[in-house]
Amino acid sequence: MALDQIVDGLSEVSCDVLVIGGGTAGPMAALKAKLKNPKANVVLLEKANVKRSGAISMGMDGLNNAVIPGYATPEQYTKEITIANDGIVDQKAVYKYAQNCYSIIEELDSFGIRFLKNENGDYAVKKVHHIGTYVLPMPNGETVKKALYRQLRRARILISNRYMATRLVKSGDGRIAGAISVNTRTAEMLVIKAKAVILCMGAAGRLGLPTSGYMFGTYENAANSGDGYAMAYHAGAALANLECFQINPLIKDYNGPACAYVAGPFGAYTANNEGSRFIECDYWSGQMMLEFYNELLSGKGPVFLQLKHLHPDTISEIESTLHKVERPTRGLFQQGRGVDYRSESIEMHISEIGFCSGHSASGVFVDDNARTTVPGLYAAGDMASVPHNYMLGAFTNGSVAGIDAMEFADNHDFAEFDAADVAMERERVMAPTKREDGIPPNQIEYKTRRLVNDYLQPPKVTRKYELGMRRLAEAREDMQERMIARNAHELLRALEVQSIMDCADMAAHASLYREESRWGLYHWRTDFPEKDNENWFCHTLLSKQDGRMTSEKRAVEPYVVPIADDEKDLYDKQRIRASA
Amino acid sequence: MPLASYQTSVPVVVDDTKCIADKGCTVCVDVCPLDVLRISDMTNKAYMAYDECWYCMPCEADCPTGAVTVNIPYLLR
Repeated sequence: MALDQIVDGLSEVSCDVLVIGGGTAGPMAALKAKLKNPKANVVLLEKANVKRSGAISMGMDGLNNAVIPGYATPEQYTKEITIANDGIVDQKAVYKYAQNCYSIIEELDSFGIRFLKNENGDYAVKKVHHIGTYVLPMPNGETVKKALYRQLRRARILISNRYMATRLVKSGDGRIAGAISVNTRTAEMLVIKAKAVILCMGAAGRLGLPTSGYMFGTYENAANSGDGYAMAYHAGAALANLECFQINPLIKDYNGPACAYVAGPFGAYTANNEGSRFIECDYWSGQMMLEFYNELLSGKGPVFLQLKHLHPDTISEIESTLHKVERPTRGLFQQGRGVDYRSESIEMHISEIGFCSGHSASGVFVDDNARTTVPGLYAAGDMASVPHNYMLGAFTNGSVAGIDAMEFADNHDFAEFDAADVAMERERVMAPTKREDGIPPNQIEYKTRRLVNDYLQPPKVTRKYELGMRRLAEAREDMQERMIARNAHELLRALEVQSIMDCADMAAHASLYREESRWGLYHWRTDFPEKDNENWFCHTLLSKQDGRMTSEKRAVEPYVVPIADDEKDLYDKQRIRASA
Repeated sequence: MPLASYQTSVPVVVDDTKCIADKGCTVCVDVCPLDVLRISDMTNKAYMAYDECWYCMPCEADCPTGAVTVNIPYLLR
């Protein structure tokens, strides 16, 4: 049989709660939904394989936002994230996270995932943020996925690997009715009816093109092509603050974290070519990234992560984490270049752009119960709008989503959807397989992402954006009319390109809508260089209305934790002052 | 427009003498997040069929016989 031969087929199944995405938030959501109602059917659908999918495929080196009694309070954390995100935060969801995350840590501990403890048996939390102390190392962080998988098997969650969800279906009155998916190895389609659906599909990490030119050399797991953002958009859900891009300081060319959160607490720091510090705090904020960007362009670049001043034993300890967990090929990469942290600093660079609430604030809008604006549709993890929520946020908010979604499913019957919607989606999905001649998905993807770099990367210039949108529209026409997929694997990539294109359009639209600069580098508009609290101290919500991309303002909910006036700009003072 | 295929040096290398795909093992193919590994029709061994690698390591880490090696893709080496 030819490689990944296409099989034409369509079948239908049903379940009570459908969780899409088996990375971090998804397994926790599925688990909590099933534990809430053990008689219900919970399906976990995954484009890859739940065993090794998502951002934490090879584990994680630590918790970046652990609110642990004795070290930090929910109030303090909520305040820190509010300031780090320039005030545009619905604090209720952040505060709820901060209150719940400690119990999730204890639960993860009971799964066999170990966290660093001191000689007294207390969690050994480290300081990386500007104000508070929230970073908790995970000495056996490489075991996370295996530990989660054991729990899923024990709870008898129904796992469907290698199915890529492509669109959601809804009833006439707008309630969620299920999802349409396609097998990534046979192209057979599967409709899954569900009473509630939870989207846990990760960041839009394949949006910008890495400077190496290798399309899959992204910061995020390259499987995270923004499918969740695109699906939510086409289902009519609102997406929040998409102009607040994710941009990270990464090991140049390797494009993974160095990682300041691991090495910082041991005394490593970010330095310029003169060996001097230039930022106050290594926590990833837009304001910090702006200083990083300025330093690179100032003639004082390259920028480095400096470790060589540390004791060799300390460096070995940092090395053992960096080269074992999260991105273990970091060691191989440095070895290939002959870089020894004991004698040489790590050259850093700026990543391509993406959407990700895990690090910034661009996500599908959710409230403090992980509900989107579509009844019965939930979102959690990197793709949901709770800002700066990292891995622990994915677990904690995934848990919230799972419990609330099962409650919704218990109180609702299946919603009816129009069979014509399925027929139309089948036609869209299969279209690239029906053409004899055309452009392969990799070329359309390369061009789209190259345009994202050329026109959408900050600094955001209105004229460039207008040109970029025209070029993207031309690429979209090629994608819709001429793209070909000769086997099921190419079809997977062809479908991903369509998500990437939708995300590029959303990035452009959202960025032009907010006529101010905010979040440092993430939304630096040269035509509107100042922060404008009078007109833009608000969320922006992007959605599809009558088939068109539309943006509107949404007021920031009144704060639960008040922020004093002299605290509001703490994250604006990132550059180290030259004199006292 | 007609299509041409182009040459690329792939980062994942499988040692055929250690690979037990011919005995029914599919671990590396199963765990890959990008789904780029396949079992060859000709050799019945695993190989990298698509150069779309995140150099993430599950294929190497989970291989029961140590047959898989992940290299850094050439473009970013």
